[in-house]
Amino acid sequence: MNKTWSSFNIVSVVVGFAFLYIPILLLIIFSFNESRLVTVWAGFSTKWYAEAFSNQGLMDAAWVTAKVAFVSATLATVLGTMAALALVRFNRFRGRFLFSGMVYAPLVMPEVITGLSLLLLFVSLGMDRGQTTIILAHITFSMCFVAVVVQSRLYALDPSLEEAAQDLGANPAQAFFSVTLPIIAPAIIAGWMLAFTLSLDDLVIAQFNSGPGATTLPMKIFSQVRLGVTPEINAICTLLVALVASGVIIASLVTKFTDLQRQRNAALARQ
Amino acid sequence: MRTMVTKSLSKVTIWLPYLWLLIFFLAPFFLVAKLSLSQYAIAQPPYIPAFEWADGLTGWWRDIKLLSFENYVFITEESLYWKSYLSSLQIAAVSTFLTLLIGFPMAYGMARAPSGLRPVLVMLVILPFWTSFLIRVYAWIGILKKEGLLNQFLLWLGVISDPLTILNTNWAVYIGIVYSYLPFMVLPLYANLERQDASLLEAAQDLGSTRFGAFWQVTWPLARPGVIAGCFLVFIPTVGEFVIPALLGGSETLMIGQTLYDEFFKNRDWPVSSTVAILLLLVLIIPIMLFQRSQALARENAR
Repeated sequence: MNKTWSSFNIVSVVVGFAFLYIPILLLIIFSFNESRLVTVWAGFSTKWYAEAFSNQGLMDAAWVTAKVAFVSATLATVLGTMAALALVRFNRFRGRFLFSGMVYAPLVMPEVITGLSLLLLFVSLGMDRGQTTIILAHITFSMCFVAVVVQSRLYALDPSLEEAAQDLGANPAQAFFSVTLPIIAPAIIAGWMLAFTLSLDDLVIAQFNSGPGATTLPMKIFSQVRLGVTPEINAICTLLVALVASGVIIASLVTKFTDLQRQRNAALARQ
Repeated sequence: MRTMVTKSLSKVTIWLPYLWLLIFFLAPFFLVAKLSLSQYAIAQPPYIPAFEWADGLTGWWRDIKLLSFENYVFITEESLYWKSYLSSLQIAAVSTFLTLLIGFPMAYGMARAPSGLRPVLVMLVILPFWTSFLIRVYAWIGILKKEGLLNQFLLWLGVISDPLTILNTNWAVYIGIVYSYLPFMVLPLYANLERQDASLLEAAQDLGSTRFGAFWQVTWPLARPGVIAGCFLVFIPTVGEFVIPALLGGSETLMIGQTLYDEFFKNRDWPVSSTVAILLLLVLIIPIMLFQRSQALARENAR
């Protein structure tokens, strides 16, 4: 594109980013507010964090959410990576059209429908609703996001690399694990993180598929917000934002570092 | 031996995710469809099963005769439902337009930014997408309230003399949707605009176009695939949106996702909520198909 960055361009970028970031910044600022009112500043205080940590209900919900997110993200990453491989590597198998449709459809499916339909499945299977059903539900929709992320990396991959490994005597499985897997690893990690945050974030599907004793953090936040906005929720939200933001930043630094290292290795190999 | 292991590995690679999706994604839809043809009952679960595989061949015919379209008739007769559908489509259309209005200049500005700055800007667009949707919507409550930060700011500026009522109106829902879905609009637009050749614009200007004329005749038509992708990515999920209308909307806000949710959790009428779900799917299937087709076209053009 053009090199001239007009003042109109600058203004629209600045306004856009202000719109994206000011609400989150205000939320963070008011979590440190002394007053119970979230809209009137009354001095700096961290008491709402102490209060949030001593709220047993919130802490239980946080623990449930962490467990559900970790287990579902891990299994979704395995299944999603397999789905991506199936779509990219195998052009012909029975029902491929249906398969690709089922991988893409959950990305745009309204959550209320996914939630309701999975609930009906668990009821008809006679399963008690609880943590396990939430995990199964989360795996189902987040594996599709993982599949899309990994798929784009697989498409960009040079197939001759794996062929070279096979020419050098590796069997296809060895070639995959020692050549392809390390190259697509950043996409797999990104997919895992995406699955983790999707699970961390989900309210509607968890609401449909949870039972007694399995209240997730979004469910807890949602029910409290309906009763009124409190700085305690701001504090919990701030911690979540900080957690996810640091995770994303660390992950992008790690991928940058490994990419640099690979480039250095490639440069060395060429010498 | 080796090839056998490899073969079975690739079989597992295909069939494990395939089976998973068949069981946990496709099969549940048939259950929803079946339940939408069942009748409500005060029971646990609260409906009379419509169709039982166990009934056998003779039983199936009886079951088929028992299927009831009552819920579908009920939904078309009750104005709440079709008003919800229409109002969801309208809210989704208006907010998609507003998102485009803010997103296009932003993506355009990003595409013209110094090339060293661009990856940072893209990262900054993606970052809010990683933070919780619920939290981002929640943040707006404190801003839009009657005694909230926006009203305080406007009163201090002297633009208004009485606080505005924004929270719990459709305007709050529009703001919430535009805010939450802006990255979905900006990213495909940016990907498109960034790839456009700047010399085309220069050529148009050399040939006598005004800056706006050149934009309108060169950039805009080339940006169409990006605009279409962005609009679908905002429109489709917005139609069935639940969290935003539940937290920011008011009594005048009717959205089908919320209607379904209330029907299920408040009225505990599972058959009617299934019917609402099936009709919502039918409403969405046209935009989803159009979106898939435009994506396939774009992929082909890219090759």
